[in-house]
Amino acid sequence: MGNILEIKNLSVKIPAHGGTVSAVRDVSLELKKGETLAIVGESGCGKSMLCKSIMKLLPERAVIESGQIIVNGTDITGLSDREMTKLRGQLFSYVFQDPLSALDPTMTIGRQIAESILIHQRNLGKEEILARINELLTLVGIKNPEERSRLHSYELSGGMRQRCVLAIVLASNPRILLADEPTTALDVTIQAQILDLLKDIQKKRNMSTVLVSHDMGVVARVADRVAIMYAGKIVETGTAEDIFYSPAHPYTQGLLKSLPINSRGKDVLETIPGMPPSLMRLPKGDAFACRNPKALPIDFIEEPPMFKISDSHFAASWTLDKRYKNSNLE
Amino acid sequence: MQDIIAGVRNLTHEFQLNKKLKIRAIDGLSLDIRRGEILGVVGESGSGKSTLARCMMNIYRPTEGEVFFKNIKCSDRAEYKKHAFELQTKRQIIFQDSASSLNPRMRVIDIIAEPFRINHIVPIRGSIENEARFQLKYTGLDEELLYKYPGELSGGQRQRVAIARALAMEPELLVADEPISAVDVSIQAQLVNLFKHLRNEHGFSIMFIAHDLAMVEFLCDRVAIMYRGRLVELAETKELFANPLHPYTKLLLSCIPIPDPRAERERKHPDFDETEFDTSGCLTEISEGHLLLCGGEKSNNKKGSLAIG
Ligand SMILES: Nc1ncnc2c1ncn2[C@@H]1O[C@H](COP(=O)(O)OP(=O)(O)OP(=O)(O)O)[C@@H](O)[C@H]1O
Ligand SMILES: Nc1ncnc2c1ncn2[C@@H]1O[C@H](COP(=O)(O)OP(=O)(O)OP(=O)(O)O)[C@@H](O)[C@H]1O
Ligand SMILES: [Mg+2]
Ligand SMILES: [Mg+2]
Repeated sequence: MGNILEIKNLSVKIPAHGGTVSAVRDVSLELKKGETLAIVGESGCGKSMLCKSIMKLLPERAVIESGQIIVNGTDITGLSDREMTKLRGQLFSYVFQDPLSALDPTMTIGRQIAESILIHQRNLGKEEILARINELLTLVGIKNPEERSRLHSYELSGGMRQRCVLAIVLASNPRILLADEPTTALDVTIQAQILDLLKDIQKKRNMSTVLVSHDMGVVARVADRVAIMYAGKIVETGTAEDIFYSPAHPYTQGLLKSLPINSRGKDVLETIPGMPPSLMRLPKGDAFACRNPKALPIDFIEEPPMFKISDSHFAASWTLDKRYKNSNLE
Repeated sequence: MQDIIAGVRNLTHEFQLNKKLKIRAIDGLSLDIRRGEILGVVGESGSGKSTLARCMMNIYRPTEGEVFFKNIKCSDRAEYKKHAFELQTKRQIIFQDSASSLNPRMRVIDIIAEPFRINHIVPIRGSIENEARFQLKYTGLDEELLYKYPGELSGGQRQRVAIARALAMEPELLVADEPISAVDVSIQAQLVNLFKHLRNEHGFSIMFIAHDLAMVEFLCDRVAIMYRGRLVELAETKELFANPLHPYTKLLLSCIPIPDPRAERERKHPDFDETEFDTSGCLTEISEGHLLLCGGEKSNNKKGSLAIG
């Protein structure tokens, strides 16, 4: 299986009030054809910025400081906006985190889906387009599609908006789907339906997916591989089994411990002590060190590199260093 | 009799879409929130949860029925006006799309300060800045965000700004519409602990609308299940999870995703083509405190048909 998407040492910075935000720090990732890669991480750690840099939809002030984004063997890092617009339609689709802002309040839902259909099938007649809109809305589980397609985004419930965004995305025929929290507003039954639908479409079209999600149940269901992000960096990657059954990074371990399933019958939920560091003032060494009760002296001095645990499993924690395992690392 | 802080009676809300078409988002619903409880509201997407929240806060005028807060009948215009200050400060809402409903031209500090300004309130912690700093910390945010604009924050950071803004008013009733779905699980855990703390130590009453049933099970005292604008089941959390009765509740509980890849991948989802449920009938108390929507023939049982918890 080849890689459809490769990210190499990507760093993104955003100048802001009071300093520069290091939103993405030296991230390397690959996405294989037909695979689902889930990105999980602390809120504000740069997941959306990472997706947006792939799509070239970064905020104006943001700069890609270094690194490469390679799609199907072609480096797209330096492409102009115009070239990128074309690519976006053909290759990528992006499900924005926040469906309300992704939808245009001045246009009906139907019109927005129609626009997306027309990017690919320019010579469809009116009847055919209408039929396709209804088909897509039905596909994402919206009842009475004919009436609902005449509504505006603010007239829909949160979950319906999210499904409309999905319908727009599915109207085009992307090779790579970047889905940023695509199911957070859905009840669990519709969520289950949508996840199965995406999986189905993925198989049929050999689509590859990057899924950003906080919902570990969703990740467990759909992800082939998982990347854990903390303070702008990927700190652990592995198969879903690697991450769920033998998490190696202390942040990943803390995250899994915070799930309510692990606090059944207790009064408070387990949490990770402390707060994530500001991306404007990153500490020296491992950014997670100050929240890690088992941090080593070296954690406060030097950032750990990625250590290989198995052919599929990597993590950036000094505890994985051979020297530490053998004696200790001072 | 439990002390009741707020609720709705026979509430119906319709949206007129065009001359011919009306959507009945809420259909004759009655619900109480007890003082000092966290009431979970769960249900189908589009079942009217957000509409209910907005009616409770007098943002929408109900088509029919009554909304009350303590002994104020706030669906009545004159009564609302008379108690406007109390109603606007002692009840707060966190909107479902709060992340995108923050004013993009206001800095975080001004967003948190706004309710103080509108209501001419002096913050407990002296200045607005101190108050805002305190609330940010309370919700797990870095102080440096104070002078940022919403567009410069991540989804989860914006969500927590909305929570901070609501908490700053120290409300007695908090209506929280999906308040934690945009943040990662460790911050979710922090916020859930915070909500618990607010209930235990400060006597907050909270209506907690959510899709995450594992969190609802952990946090809430009672859970109400909504389907197509109606309440189909209501019970103490333990009872509801141990003994769900309505087929829609059963379906929901069977779909909770499990954070275990092998188990989750193998799990077959039920056949969704058959997920249409009858919504006629009346809420009936099946066992103590456990209300269930029962089919048409039982509905003449007037005695048990109160939707009061
Ligand atoms: N336009 C901007 N200007 C300055 N800083 C920004 C801007 N947009 C985002 N940031 C900062 O960049 C960091 C990364 O944001 P990003 O939206 O990628 O987070 P995220 O991982 O998607 O979080 P969440 O899970 O909460 O959505 C955050 O700390 C945020 O405050
Ligand atoms: N402003 C509006 N105009 C017209 N219809 C509306 C409006 N707001 C909501 N609706 C409709 O009312 C119904 C209930 O919507 P509501 O937002 O209350 O659902 P919800 O239970 O909060 O769903 P979700 O879980 O998806 O957020 C939906 O059918 C929706 O399309
Ligand atoms: Mg994000
Ligand atoms: Mg809603």
